[in-house]
Amino acid sequence: MGAFTRHRRSRLVIANFTGFEADLLRSLASQLVELLRNESAVPREDQDPFEAMMDFSGPTTAPEDPVLARLFPTAYPADEEAASEFRRFTEGALRDGKAAAACSIIDTLEDAGLPEQLTEDGLMIDVELDEPTAESWLRSFTDVRLALASRLGIEEGDEQLWYDLPDEDPRSQAHDIYEWVGYLQETLVDALMR
Amino acid sequence: MSAASPVEVEPDTEKDLVPDGVTVLATPWVTIVWNDPVNLMSYVTYVFQKHFGYDKKKAEKLMMEVHEDGRSVVSTGTREEMERDVQAMHEYGLWATLQKSE
Repeated sequence: MGAFTRHRRSRLVIANFTGFEADLLRSLASQLVELLRNESAVPREDQDPFEAMMDFSGPTTAPEDPVLARLFPTAYPADEEAASEFRRFTEGALRDGKAAAACSIIDTLEDAGLPEQLTEDGLMIDVELDEPTAESWLRSFTDVRLALASRLGIEEGDEQLWYDLPDEDPRSQAHDIYEWVGYLQETLVDALMR
Repeated sequence: MSAASPVEVEPDTEKDLVPDGVTVLATPWVTIVWNDPVNLMSYVTYVFQKHFGYDKKKAEKLMMEVHEDGRSVVSTGTREEMERDVQAMHEYGLWATLQKSE
């Protein structure tokens, strides 16, 4: 359930989700939007108050939250000044783009019939994505996976550690969700390549 | 494209043009993509094909470099071009930086 395929005739990227899966995807996308808007692109606090008020451009220092720091990496690791300038001119647009992509997941699922509160059993949600929408979903899946991975502390080659966790460990559940979004993304890349 | 017609070049003009051309070529900038434990190999390959227009073979080669060597130079050009590439990589969630070519 939930795998993406390319419809041969219409060329649309299609998938069907159970109500539970669609609700989970919406919740992940909503959390991402909240995070992106939470620690907003504000000017530094150590600035002169008047300067800060007059500064409508983007931030110049890396976000404190590790998820946001990973979503908006430092472009010039060896040049602090260039890094600040780059961040000032790009981070705002990047945040908006990522929030818009996550919102596109929420909107598509709700347009496809996902109710605000999921109560009905056996509800199925069929989505049909055109190429640009499928691309936004793809990018947003990456952001969701990066966010989950940062929170979980996932590292290269640590798979066994996660599989060995007892089922009742909340990290085990979060890791299952991380893997599931990875599976969805894998099938979405495959569908887009066709 | 038309063939170049023989033109007499003023020695002074030529002297002015060459040093600039040499400087630009000698100090290109590069975009580096770094390995992370999250991004799927298929996705990274897809991004390299989609954004840079590389064929599948080249995109896979670069992806394997990132995966095995921890980093790979994925594009070369002016500083402005590399800033655009880095921004695009960040849009795709890849960890990218730029620097002067070593």
